[in-house]
Amino acid sequence: MSKPIVATTSLAGCFGCHMSFLDIDERIIDLFDLVDFNKSPIDDIKTFTKKCDIGIIEGGVANSENYHILKEFRKNCKILISLGECAIMGGLPAMRNNKDSIESCLKEAYIDSPATVNEDKIIPNDEELPMLLDKVYPCHEIVKIDYFLPGCAPRADLIWDALVALLNGKEIDPKYKTYKFD
Amino acid sequence: MKDKFKITIDGVELTANQGETILKVASDNGIYIPVLCAYEGLKPQASCRVCSVKVNGRTMTACTTTASPGMKIENDTPEINELRKIIVETMFVAGNHFCPTCEKSGDCELQALAYRLKMDVPRFPYSFSNKEIDASNPKLMIDHNRCIKCKRCARGIKTEDGKDLFAFKNRGDRILISIDKELAKNISDKKAQEAMDICPVGAILRKERGFINPIGTRKYDNNPIGNNIEKLKEI
Amino acid sequence: MGKEVNNIITQYDSDKKRLMDMLLDIQEEFNYIPNDAIDSLSEKLNLSKVHILETISFYHFLTLKNTGKYTIYLNDSVSAYMSGREEVEKAFEKETGIKFNTVSEDGLIGLFNTSCIGMSDQEPAALINNKVFTNLTTEKVKEIVQNIKDGKDTDDLMKAELGEGKNSDKLIKSMTKNNININKAILSDDYIPSSALMKIIKQERDEVINEIENAELRGRGGAGFPTDLKWKFTANTPEGKRYIFCNADEGEPGTFKDRVILTEKPELVFEGMAVCGYAINSDQGILYLRYEYKYLKKYLENVINKMKKRNLLGKTILGKEGFNFDIRIQLGGGAYVCGEETALLESAEGNRGEPRYKPPFPAIKGYLERPTVINNVETLSSVVKILNKGNYWFKKLGTEESRGTKLLSISGDCEKPGIYEIEWGITINKMLEMVGAKDVQAVQVGGPSGNCISPNQFDKQIRYSELGTGGSIVVIGKNRDLLKDVVMNYTNFFIEESCGSCVPCRNLTVIYRNTLQKIIDGKGVQTDLDNMLEWENVMKMNRCGLGQTAFNPIVTTLRNFPNLYESKLVEDSDIKQTFDISKAIQEYCNTTGRKPIIEE
Repeated sequence: MSKPIVATTSLAGCFGCHMSFLDIDERIIDLFDLVDFNKSPIDDIKTFTKKCDIGIIEGGVANSENYHILKEFRKNCKILISLGECAIMGGLPAMRNNKDSIESCLKEAYIDSPATVNEDKIIPNDEELPMLLDKVYPCHEIVKIDYFLPGCAPRADLIWDALVALLNGKEIDPKYKTYKFD
Repeated sequence: MKDKFKITIDGVELTANQGETILKVASDNGIYIPVLCAYEGLKPQASCRVCSVKVNGRTMTACTTTASPGMKIENDTPEINELRKIIVETMFVAGNHFCPTCEKSGDCELQALAYRLKMDVPRFPYSFSNKEIDASNPKLMIDHNRCIKCKRCARGIKTEDGKDLFAFKNRGDRILISIDKELAKNISDKKAQEAMDICPVGAILRKERGFINPIGTRKYDNNPIGNNIEKLKEI
Repeated sequence: MGKEVNNIITQYDSDKKRLMDMLLDIQEEFNYIPNDAIDSLSEKLNLSKVHILETISFYHFLTLKNTGKYTIYLNDSVSAYMSGREEVEKAFEKETGIKFNTVSEDGLIGLFNTSCIGMSDQEPAALINNKVFTNLTTEKVKEIVQNIKDGKDTDDLMKAELGEGKNSDKLIKSMTKNNININKAILSDDYIPSSALMKIIKQERDEVINEIENAELRGRGGAGFPTDLKWKFTANTPEGKRYIFCNADEGEPGTFKDRVILTEKPELVFEGMAVCGYAINSDQGILYLRYEYKYLKKYLENVINKMKKRNLLGKTILGKEGFNFDIRIQLGGGAYVCGEETALLESAEGNRGEPRYKPPFPAIKGYLERPTVINNVETLSSVVKILNKGNYWFKKLGTEESRGTKLLSISGDCEKPGIYEIEWGITINKMLEMVGAKDVQAVQVGGPSGNCISPNQFDKQIRYSELGTGGSIVVIGKNRDLLKDVVMNYTNFFIEESCGSCVPCRNLTVIYRNTLQKIIDGKGVQTDLDNMLEWENVMKMNRCGLGQTAFNPIVTTLRNFPNLYESKLVEDSDIKQTFDISKAIQEYCNTTGRKPIIEE
């Protein structure tokens, strides 16, 4: 029987959730016995080459690229997991949500910030760049998400226990000490 | 001597004293009833509604309802916990609770209650409403993003001569907690600390210090909220 | 400025419990509450400023900014929209050149919205400097604004005949109409002031309560609590000061019957209060009058004075030794929730109108922590009639569980809106026939907090256990968009009027509104409907009647008109329909000048 396939991605996240994933330490060897990876920074496969069983999403949806990737994940994965605060509620990037317009966000980032040197006062608008959304969206407001693993970053044990449970067809029952919003 | 009588909570028979609230009887007997707006030493307000229990089938707030002989109380049931969870979830989406950025994380009662009730994500869309941070006071910072309007600060923190330092402004979903700029101008460090401590969330914080307790040693890092009460039962 | 404010404070003996009165007087004087006034109040009453601001900011008609020399509050209730409020609103903005919720630069005109002002049978209506202007049209708005610009007196802003009956009394002088279509017991002309008092002074206190008990009178505000029980609970408290409140804060959108009683039969109400005073041994009555009815205040005070002169109020009433009873009027500040009896008491004590938790009930611990009876205007009027005509007469009216008559305030899509005093037990069909309503889609019984019923329920009777109501009835014709025109308006009303104390009421009502909007926008899914029914159980955990019914506009229509909701639903899918990528990138594209290209 072929092994279940896992895909992962980081949308508007800091890769901290992926780092925490790697924090399962030596269990990563067990993990490779249990699953195959497809599209993921872990194996550097850039596009889906087959249908996956589990998709793990880090980060919220801040721009058009995030949106497209998330949709791809939904189409190609049987189960989607929102991993970490950004995927679940937008996280730190979403702190722009309740503030002013996109315009003031861009100005703050590229022109007004005291740490920025931008003599020509150009706000990048190259066609290649992803387009910012009006706010940062939690993933489940855009596609259906099956499981949520909170934390910033989620504890490695939480991720491990959840994966093991899912792979064994059991309910995820997180331990208190691993279940945190920070 | 006070009159004593029996009541039951979730089928467990307990002894209650005349005049005590259900909340008090439960706590004294090692039974945790979740609360947010109730606070030791303050007159109950019964506004958060999370201490709601069923008394002989009727929903009542444990913080205000006086125990009476023969009461049959339901507390820790899936039905009531689900209602409490909905209430907690509405608070998470009405405000902007970015736990990773909050100094109170780990010591926050709202967050701890969400852990206890196993909230992974609120079922409601986040409002991401525009809220201010008031840092005008020299000692304290008021972050309206996090305020859950329990009014514990307004009820508990007064000047030496008994005047209000905190109060509500507006009504309905526009409510804000506000601080009396003049009276709070010369607030002592002790009083400022009390204000921060009485706040169940991270809406009132002291300036020029922070993150005193490292992760792992905070109030709710290792044990769920209510654990201190439930421990009584084990003794 | 300081002098006026200090005079106001002294007038109320620097009593912080009279903060509402002080604030209302200051607002009246300056069209807002200036900072200096808050300073003075803070100093004289020994209260912190945030405490005073806490009270001010709760009430719709107390403001921190000048509302203009001519302050216009245009009603935004459902009945107003049904009568053409939208045109009138536009006309006000066009003629004044300012938007709603702003004040003109010269400080001349302020335009604001306000919740139901009790004129549903003569909408669109507005309050301008506390004077009522009814049946507004674009032409009338033009006339009003021109007259304002010409600096005319508020009395002369609009040419209109004064209303019938006491509306033309020199202390009222209002164009308000009574529109009494049927009068039966309370509004009938057979009332002679003092008749009930003459009778009871020959009786023991218990006998008076017994008579009310035998008549099986229940509260007319909506809840239907037996009146005699309220009285008994209070009468049985240990000796000491007791209070009687008459609740004249009818804020349920669509109700206006208390206004008509207070205009035409105020003696009946005051005599009812005095009767209660005798029965429960209290010497102080307070009429809590909603701010919207401020135009009746002077008139009512004059009635009280006249009754004092006739010794129907005051000391040793009608020569009865030990029977002293005085009445004063307490104005509200514009808050629907203050119709809830404990919120009303909080307000009367100078606080925010946040309902108290019960127990203790006001009968035991009410105004200023003393035992207090709070009765509705109509209830107290019924009391006098019962004493005059006997409980047998009263019990012959209505049905077994709902004795007597009920004043209905009927508005909306019907030929003859107005007041109908009916016997309890009338069916909706009969009522609709009476008011000349055809092609009816729905009837809102009991206002937003009540029940919106569909034609297959029109054979139901208006009575406590079937279709209870405080008296607001709004007829909704077939041409209305029930969800948009009615349910959304009512839901917004509850959001506006929630005191905000209980979490479910403060937060969940907003979530209800957003979910309704999602459905109206054609993005709702079946789960949304299931959720809205489930949340009902959370809303019922709220402290007061407002919170416990704020979901009713949605939930009762969801139950009675499921098709209206279901026909707008879409299938739930893995990719959410609520999210629209082209909308989400629009602002960015506008800002950067990029072309919105979305690859699929």
